[in-house]
Amino acid sequence: MSGLVPLYLALVIPLAGAVLIAALGRWPNAREAATLATGVALFAFVVSLLEHVLAGANPGVVLVWLLPNLPLVLRLEPLGMIFALVASSLWIVTSLYSIGYMRAHGEAHQTRFYVCFAVSICAAMGVALAGNMLTLFLFYEVLTLSTYPLVSHHGTPKAMKGARTYLGVLVTTSVGFLLLAVAWTYALAGTLDFRAGGILAGRASDSVLLVLLALYVFGTGKAAVMPFHRWLPAAMVAPTPVSALLHAVAVVKAGVFTVMKVAVYIFGPDLLASTGINTWLMYAAGFTVIAGSLVAMAQDNLKRRLAYSTVSQLSYIVLGAALANTWGIVGGSMHIAMHAFGKITLFFCAGAIYVAAHKTEISDMRGLGRAMPVTMIAFLVGALSVIGVPPLGGSWSKWYLALGALDAGQILFVAVLMISSLLNIAYLIPIPIRAFFSKPADGSEPAGFREAPAFCLAALSFTALGCVVLFFLADDVYRLLVPWFGA
Amino acid sequence: MTETVLDTVLGLYNYWVVIFLMMTGFYIVIARGNLIKKVIGLNIFQASVFLFYITVGKVSGGTAPITAEGLEVYSNPLPSVLILTAIVVGVATTSVALSLVVRIREAYETIEEDEIYAQDEAR
Amino acid sequence: MMEAIQAQLPVLQVVIPLLAAPVCIILRRRSLVLPFSAGVCWLTFLISVFLLGEVLEAGVISYALGGWAAPWGIEYRVDALAAFVLLFVSGIAALVLTYAPRSLTDEVPASRHYLFCTLYLLCLTGLLGIAITGDLFNVFVFLEISALSSYALIALGGRRQALPAAFQYLVMGTIGATFILIGIGLMYQMTGTLNMADMAGRLAAVDGVRTALVAFGFLTVGIALKMALFPLHVWLPNAYAYAPSVVSAFIAATATKVSVYILLRFMFSVFGLEFSFEQLGLGRALMPLALAGIFVASAAAIFQRNVKRMLAYSSVAQIGYMVLGISFATATGLTGGIVHLFNHALIKGGLFMAMGCVMLRLHSVDLDDMAGIGRAMPWTMAAWALGGLGLIGVPATAGFVSKWILLEAALERDGVLIAILVLLSSLLALAYVWRVVETAFFHEPSERAREAREAPLSMLIPTWVLLGATVFFGLYTDYSAGIARQAAEAVLRGMP
Repeated sequence: MSGLVPLYLALVIPLAGAVLIAALGRWPNAREAATLATGVALFAFVVSLLEHVLAGANPGVVLVWLLPNLPLVLRLEPLGMIFALVASSLWIVTSLYSIGYMRAHGEAHQTRFYVCFAVSICAAMGVALAGNMLTLFLFYEVLTLSTYPLVSHHGTPKAMKGARTYLGVLVTTSVGFLLLAVAWTYALAGTLDFRAGGILAGRASDSVLLVLLALYVFGTGKAAVMPFHRWLPAAMVAPTPVSALLHAVAVVKAGVFTVMKVAVYIFGPDLLASTGINTWLMYAAGFTVIAGSLVAMAQDNLKRRLAYSTVSQLSYIVLGAALANTWGIVGGSMHIAMHAFGKITLFFCAGAIYVAAHKTEISDMRGLGRAMPVTMIAFLVGALSVIGVPPLGGSWSKWYLALGALDAGQILFVAVLMISSLLNIAYLIPIPIRAFFSKPADGSEPAGFREAPAFCLAALSFTALGCVVLFFLADDVYRLLVPWFGA
Repeated sequence: MTETVLDTVLGLYNYWVVIFLMMTGFYIVIARGNLIKKVIGLNIFQASVFLFYITVGKVSGGTAPITAEGLEVYSNPLPSVLILTAIVVGVATTSVALSLVVRIREAYETIEEDEIYAQDEAR
Repeated sequence: MMEAIQAQLPVLQVVIPLLAAPVCIILRRRSLVLPFSAGVCWLTFLISVFLLGEVLEAGVISYALGGWAAPWGIEYRVDALAAFVLLFVSGIAALVLTYAPRSLTDEVPASRHYLFCTLYLLCLTGLLGIAITGDLFNVFVFLEISALSSYALIALGGRRQALPAAFQYLVMGTIGATFILIGIGLMYQMTGTLNMADMAGRLAAVDGVRTALVAFGFLTVGIALKMALFPLHVWLPNAYAYAPSVVSAFIAATATKVSVYILLRFMFSVFGLEFSFEQLGLGRALMPLALAGIFVASAAAIFQRNVKRMLAYSSVAQIGYMVLGISFATATGLTGGIVHLFNHALIKGGLFMAMGCVMLRLHSVDLDDMAGIGRAMPWTMAAWALGGLGLIGVPATAGFVSKWILLEAALERDGVLIAILVLLSSLLALAYVWRVVETAFFHEPSERAREAREAPLSMLIPTWVLLGATVFFGLYTDYSAGIARQAAEAVLRGMP
């Protein structure tokens, strides 16, 4: 029965949506309805897949045989399930939010925007469900290309420059390193299938494996492991819903998801741990965690601060993969979901502040909480979740990551996690505190604006609520993952 | 020793002629900027190859390949036939080249290569 | 009746366009000539489809011209490689000519359209003849038929730069062809035969390695000139840039590819793998040239303002990929080279066709004039972008398939460095493709772009068919990489 699951619908639904959106371009209301309908249909489909994973099934479907022995294939497994669920649910919310945002702003080229939006979620689904490394690479590149018009949306020289950096870094790393790693893996192992326990064991010397791992990790530019993180702040020129899409829903999550998949299904945790090639990766990730947080503290532009925060948080997930034990993998995978909800809330709030008050710099946001209480409360919730305070989702993933570090005997990285949490508090919490408890620098009351449009408010309240709900769902996620990766 | 030298120089004189013509033609094509001279050089270059083919087909002491009483040794007719085709190709090339030169002269008022490129770069 | 025709298909493949060429002069009327010659092209395409089917099913077809048996008579010999080349050359020729009428009306005076068709059909005859013949001297003759007609075709270009470009191509092309002629003469001198299969057998028995060496040298240089292998590519950029759009599309997609085919034939089928690669080390000579060509030409492409010229430099680089594949001299490498022959023909043909659409509406292909054109001509430029992605080698396009196989071939021989170079060169392609995409879609429209509108369907549809095919063959490779592998294996086995 496992062969009968029509996984390709996860690609067909958003693609059909994109065509529909393009066709309805002249009627904005119908176009937006199509966007939302696509999102709901996709989410419903992804939820329907859940039962297969819970039943322990591993259904797959070959899309096409690209070359003999090398198909494009979709296959369902728990990691991908989590990513697909996160991406498809948050996509609906992001769409809602962008409708409010784009209309309030009177942005141009809205049809192009929504079409690219739909194509990028299609690509994200492809990444989530990819059954081998080649398929994953294919959708990874589609994701890069389909988000380029979103980043360069404004068309100003600044936007073009940011978009060029975005494209340049992502394509250079993926073509220069990732593709080489993929081709090399194929040459060594004769297959690119994701298999439990990895496909590289015993196929190459330790030094080759080390080089391969480096190629994979740095080739996945979307995971933003330093020094290949520059595209993330550069891409902040995009409209805020795009930033949300990039940072929470699709792009960066596709990156860390790729690293996770490679660690778990290409190398296999055992191989990573037994050869010790994961050690440098832990240090690289740990460095990025701390350095990202430190740089974030120095940013006054809210979106840039959030961007560096993302750089730092992503490396939590890479660290989870590098720890190469059950706790690390569970914690890392869980962090994909937890960070997604937390960070998207923060971005939504940043966008709402921009739409309603036209403020982008943190120093201008004093006293804002009185005019925009809902937004700032949601911001606080998102911030606490990113920091990892119970009862918010982020606390669980950090807990498991810390367990993983202990399990691997890496006390140093427990300390890294702790320090990073402190830094998170230092750069996130002052924002809502000042918004509520201090007055603007000139002493005047903020005036002339109110809360953001209802679409935006609804979206950010929903994701803030999601942060709380995830805290209670963590057990389900745990049970989804552990049967697969339990020792 | 002297004999081998004589053999190489005189015995293969046909090849020396071919090589001399070939290099002459090649040099003219490369070194001359005048398009007509280039065409002439090209022709000399091709002609050397025609000669080469014809001497290849010659069998010493052989006669024209027509069956007749008392004749045993014939020259190979095939290279001559081939080279007839090649000559036709050469003539066609020359005519296309010359007509191009005429058109170039109409468009640029000159047939000197450097002047032509100078005109296009100036614009 | 059907069977009688079927037996004659190999000769019909060449004779039909050859005889149709003078008919064009007789018909003369524009309204008659264009549909007639397009019909002829489609007919040759149909024939090549049948031939390929027959070869795949029953093996090599040998046809004795005029009933004179090989090795005395001229033999037409269709194996998998030849059939594959016939198929895409005739297919692209037909598609380009279907696309041609509107573009021609704009760029070539109506009084010369019948001459254009005559030349076009003659050029096609030459290219098909090269692919199908099993006779060395025949290769030379067909090569010159195609070359002479393409000189004239390029000279039809609207701007006067087309004339010196055509002249330069003529000089270089004739030198190349004459070199090939010398090589063939020397080989005839050694073996006394002109039939490829026969010669391959006799060459093995010849002791005079030095003559073979000289012949080999002349042939390699001559063919390299014809296929514009770096550093012998100087004629190509101007010729492609200033030819009429239709001609650029046709010649860029087919002519250099057929020259690569000649290289394959001579090096593998006639001289044989052992002589060319093991004794002479042709691979060691070709590989650096290929890599240098890829990098130098890609870098040059980045700095071109004229987009057609940019595509021409890109062609030089892409020839480098094909030669790189050949220089590995392994089944995988050859497969990569051959499949790139096909994929690149589709991509470059499609890109030049899209440029033809731009030329029709803008009367310019300068990058500055193309600013913002994506708004006025979304379909044309979307097609261009698709082709550009193929050039970069983005997955799900045909370009990726060839690059993947080349990577595989490099890694098979532990050539990690070569694999890295291939990947780096893709980034150069990204740079020149993206410059155009960005200018067309995200810049403020230029004055010309403001007045432009979408190209007519008669041109858009063939363009999209060709570029759509690059996506199709990027996902479904049975008929591209599959056939290429068969062809590569057959070529490596040498002549039976």
